Amino acid sequence: MSFLRRHTNLLSLFAVLYLLFLYVPVLLLPLFSFNDNIYVTLPLKGFTLKWYESLAGNSALLNALWASVKVGIGVSIISTVLGLMAARAMTRYRFPGRRSIYALILLPLVIPYMVIGVSTLVILRRLLDVELSLLTVGASHVLITVPLSMLVLMARMEGFDRSLEEASRDLGDTAWRSFRRVTLPLVMPGIVSSFLLCFITSFDEYLLAFFLAGSDSTLPIFIFSTLRFPNKIPDVLALGSLILMISIVLVVLAEWLRRRGISGSDSSVL
Amino acid sequence: MTALASGATSPTSQDPTRRRPEWLAGLWLIAPTLAIVIGMMLVPLCAIVIVSFWTQTGFDLDTSFTLANYGLLVDDALKCFSDGCGLYSTLIIKSLWISFVATSAVVLLAYPMAYFMAFRIQRGKLVWIILLTVPFWTSYLLRVFAWKVILGFNGVINSGLKSLGLIEKPLEFLLYNPASVTITLAHAWAAYAVLPIYVSLEKIDRSYLEAATDLGDSRWKRFWRVTFPLSLPGTIAAILLVFIPTVGDYITPTLVGGPSGIMIGNSIATQFIKANNAPLGAALSCLMMLAITLAVCLFLAVIGKKRLKGADI
Repeated sequence: MSFLRRHTNLLSLFAVLYLLFLYVPVLLLPLFSFNDNIYVTLPLKGFTLKWYESLAGNSALLNALWASVKVGIGVSIISTVLGLMAARAMTRYRFPGRRSIYALILLPLVIPYMVIGVSTLVILRRLLDVELSLLTVGASHVLITVPLSMLVLMARMEGFDRSLEEASRDLGDTAWRSFRRVTLPLVMPGIVSSFLLCFITSFDEYLLAFFLAGSDSTLPIFIFSTLRFPNKIPDVLALGSLILMISIVLVVLAEWLRRRGISGSDSSVL
Repeated sequence: MTALASGATSPTSQDPTRRRPEWLAGLWLIAPTLAIVIGMMLVPLCAIVIVSFWTQTGFDLDTSFTLANYGLLVDDALKCFSDGCGLYSTLIIKSLWISFVATSAVVLLAYPMAYFMAFRIQRGKLVWIILLTVPFWTSYLLRVFAWKVILGFNGVINSGLKSLGLIEKPLEFLLYNPASVTITLAHAWAAYAVLPIYVSLEKIDRSYLEAATDLGDSRWKRFWRVTFPLSLPGTIAAILLVFIPTVGDYITPTLVGGPSGIMIGNSIATQFIKANNAPLGAALSCLMMLAITLAVCLFLAVIGKKRLKGADI
């Protein structure tokens, strides 16, 4: 197998460069968030925490943050419950139209958010006259996170031995009881992972929120509007660094939980 | 009915305590999700198709059927054959082209990375997978913003080069053009391509590779005849996962595109927000989806033909 090793070094070098390409641009944000300069320029001037301090007193930001957290938590609970039910239906039951329903639920993943956003806007405002609010944002976020939740949970449910459930049923448990006592504990890491991924997706989503929030504001909307003012850039850097840090912790946790035990089969594309 | 018949033979449905037939229980479980997808996606999509045949009169919608919006877009496209493309055709062609270049860059860079993970990493695969997944889930908005910081007039590249004494005036061509949009898209979507390719490479039965080597294939020949064809499902998935959403992207062209870098997504948003012409915006959305669908079908047809040819050899 010596031919396998011959080009390993070149490929390893590429892999390292690729990771640098992925990470360096993003890691510039925390770097400059500590820089004592209102312009994002080299060379670095000096260390400061003042941009972080100015965040705490910004009430528009805190309101937007709270709105995003509310929407995110609501969306991830609803999507994870729906995803759990759908994943169970897909992995344990046969029913008519199973494949087409599966494809339909995954469809929001490949439709541009722009189209989902404007078409939802048209139906809510022009045809139904529904007032836009965080609720309408949440509803559209459920649409885009339900397929993620279903995929994550399907991978988890396919990963464990089905005979454990059957044993529980054979020993006299009802369907609900065996689900609660056998399936749920086994699927738990997937549930936590789905919750975190749905939360991050909703928390970060800009375009649907932009169309459907009405006069409300979520954090991405706030960040986007702040980017127009050059003197506010350091604030965005500090805020962005905090978001990056928190979402990296959440993602590592979610991925670790999700892949633990099923990393060998790895049936999920995402 | 076949589902019913086969369902009856599965072990769970033999349980005497069950009251609901299996197919009903499955449908029952998936119904709420299905309702959301129908209500929040299918119905709005149908609505936008219908609205694209209406017209805007002041603040109201004129709901009489008309082809006026599409007529305008067809006229716009016909200008390509006379005195240069109109606004909307230019934007659609430009959006498809930018996405095509960005997607090619993403997939060409992602493939060696996925190959490395599938064939070179023996231990600690989970760490690599997580390393590649983290950027995928971190804020898209912030990844795009990072490039604004890097490429800007007073950005990292310009100020860095200036402090090194390599340039005197900032390079203006870095930001606010189609190239900066392409670079930013290629970076922001990079992580989406590695994992699908990795999964299909990982699934390849290693004994095929050994067989190819034993039968005298060189490393390159083995790659093109065994590894690459078997990794095509993941590679095609990666291409579609990146190409389809990037055509309609709004954040990237808005933040780093400038006037020359705007894409069709910006134009659609303008019709709904500033121009208050929802029917034209709806027609543009339909046209964009049609263009994406055609591009994808063309791509799949080309791939399909190539694969058939490959099978003949």
